[in-house]
Amino acid sequence: MSLWVDEYRPKSLEELTYHSDLTKRLKILASSEDFPHLLVYGPSGAGKKTRISCLLRELFGEGVQKLKTDIQTFTNSSSRKIDITVVSSKYHLEITPNEVGFSDRLVVQEFLKDVAQTKQVDLSIKHDFKVVIIHEADLLTRESQAALRRTMELYMSNVRLILCCKSPSKIIDPIRSRCLLIRVPAPTIDEIITILINIAKKTNVNLPLKVAKLIADQSNRDLRKAILSFESLYMEYDVLKDNIRYRFTDWEEIINDIANKISLHYNPENLENIRDLLYELLNTYILPSNLIKYLFLAIVRRADESVKFEILEKAAEFEHRIVTGSKALIHIEAFVINAMYIIGRYKNGLGTISMDID
Amino acid sequence: MGSFFQDQGVRFKSAKDSTLNLPWIEKYRPKSLNNISAQEDTLITLKNSKDNLPHMLFYGPPGTGKTSTILALARELFGPELMKSRVLELNASHERGIDVIRERVKNYARSFIISDSDRNNQCPGFKIIILDEADSLTKDAQEALRRTMEKYSELTRFCLICNQISCIIPALKSRCTLFRFKSIGIDNMRNRLTYICEQEGIDYYPEAMDELIKDSQGDLRKAISWLNNASKLHKDDRVTVDTIKETVGIVPDDIINGLIESAASKSYDKIQETVNDVIASGYFGKQVIEQVFLKVLQDLRINEDHKCNIGESLGIIDKRLVDGGCELFQVLSLMCAISKNMD
Repeated sequence: MSLWVDEYRPKSLEELTYHSDLTKRLKILASSEDFPHLLVYGPSGAGKKTRISCLLRELFGEGVQKLKTDIQTFTNSSSRKIDITVVSSKYHLEITPNEVGFSDRLVVQEFLKDVAQTKQVDLSIKHDFKVVIIHEADLLTRESQAALRRTMELYMSNVRLILCCKSPSKIIDPIRSRCLLIRVPAPTIDEIITILINIAKKTNVNLPLKVAKLIADQSNRDLRKAILSFESLYMEYDVLKDNIRYRFTDWEEIINDIANKISLHYNPENLENIRDLLYELLNTYILPSNLIKYLFLAIVRRADESVKFEILEKAAEFEHRIVTGSKALIHIEAFVINAMYIIGRYKNGLGTISMDID
Repeated sequence: MGSFFQDQGVRFKSAKDSTLNLPWIEKYRPKSLNNISAQEDTLITLKNSKDNLPHMLFYGPPGTGKTSTILALARELFGPELMKSRVLELNASHERGIDVIRERVKNYARSFIISDSDRNNQCPGFKIIILDEADSLTKDAQEALRRTMEKYSELTRFCLICNQISCIIPALKSRCTLFRFKSIGIDNMRNRLTYICEQEGIDYYPEAMDELIKDSQGDLRKAISWLNNASKLHKDDRVTVDTIKETVGIVPDDIINGLIESAASKSYDKIQETVNDVIASGYFGKQVIEQVFLKVLQDLRINEDHKCNIGESLGIIDKRLVDGGCELFQVLSLMCAISKNMD
């Protein structure tokens, strides 16, 4: 039995419920003779991959959803072997170049050349090009993006690219201008509620409107998160009543805990406690940049209006350092100390600051 | 058996069709020097020195016709057939470390031309090596070019193409004749785009064309590929301003205004809510901050000094975004900076 997220994922363009304008556009694209390179972007849980897979189905038929996974090996100039996982069907291939880190340029060049040089042999299909989907395209290094530029033009006759990413801010201009941009906005709260109720109907679960609203509100407009937490709530309670308590995930609880601690005291012992909690979070593979984001949101919810601006400035600064630096914990702690200082200073009246040691 | 060959025939035909479906930037690349617009000075110099070309260094903003010019020039010099053997085009998507410069470029540069008597010696006796996107050549690779360029100048002329001339080492600059490509004017751009629309039978609203020209900021390649993309979404009806905006990734004006109003309210929570909404709608940070800043510059509520402050934070925030900072944080912090600088 698969998770509800996968089980009730729409399989064709007709099944998509929201963004009907976008669906219409995708349909026009699929029916046209010349299919362009695409750059699909939007926040996570908005349905980017679902839309891509529906589009492919519209292009090639059902065979495109029969996937197999294998590993391809490339050798770089210093004869080090680089493995990359390739998910493929008869008509398309999917790669996540980011998984090989800095060697992604080689992978992008070699992989695309390989694909481009083999022609589609099956004569019965509608289109004679293959589609390559590059996931997490915003994490491609600059060199590999530069390498993509010309490749995209040269192999246009055999290969179409679909780049999929959260935000195109990091994608260089020349690539952006070669692609057709497709924006996938996150669904609204109401749309999430409708979808949850639909799933409830299909699974014969009684889902009161109030609970659906609660789940949707907590999801931060992330459909995947909403469906997952719906399923876990159902697993836990079996019968969903109106007065149900929304369960936060463990890491969310810890972050709230840290935020409480930060707003309470400003002293070294407190910092030590927080460090333990931070380690716990980082050890469970919570991404550092997500950690600081949720931590900041939790702190700001508790803080006074007058210090919010200042805390934000620090958060933005240290978040950037996490991305460019190498050891995340240092920067998160620096942010924690700064936040403590700002809040502590405010509590003791502006200007003078003294540590409260109890 | 018969059907097998028939199928082959069909396949061959469709392969031919796919070359007709070239992206418009390739399809409408000017074929001769006369078709290149807006670069009169460069063209005159090039035409006069056709028989004895110097080494060339083309520089200028993207989409102004640098690659098109050299390709058109090569085509005029050698003709479409000889061009394949006489021109070596290398760009950033090829492997271009120092090894390639040492081996491939050098070997090509020093190879002699087998003279074609049937050409009546009409075409000049040298080859051209085009190093496109030369600013992404490493410094070592550029150093390695120096001697090669001098030694084989009898046989080979180099043409370096780059956006930023500061990325080319002075030693190479002094060996080349510099040609600056200026940005294509609005009129030239409109002519070209209208021509393409006529050829392709694209119907459009005049406002859509204005929007296209405005957003591309003098980059003809961008404008053409955007037009190409937008037209695919409109098969039977006219291309609208909204489609152009959507394909370009422009954020609608009311959203930008909403952001600025939230900043003017000076309430942090309101700003966060608005920014959250914008990010959730999938608009991307870089475009948002650019457009917000343009709006801020026109805003009369903010005085000159404060605009300078905002500009300074914009620089920092843009850098952080390019480094991969979180969109929410960075857009938020720009809006907060604006909010602080509002009276």
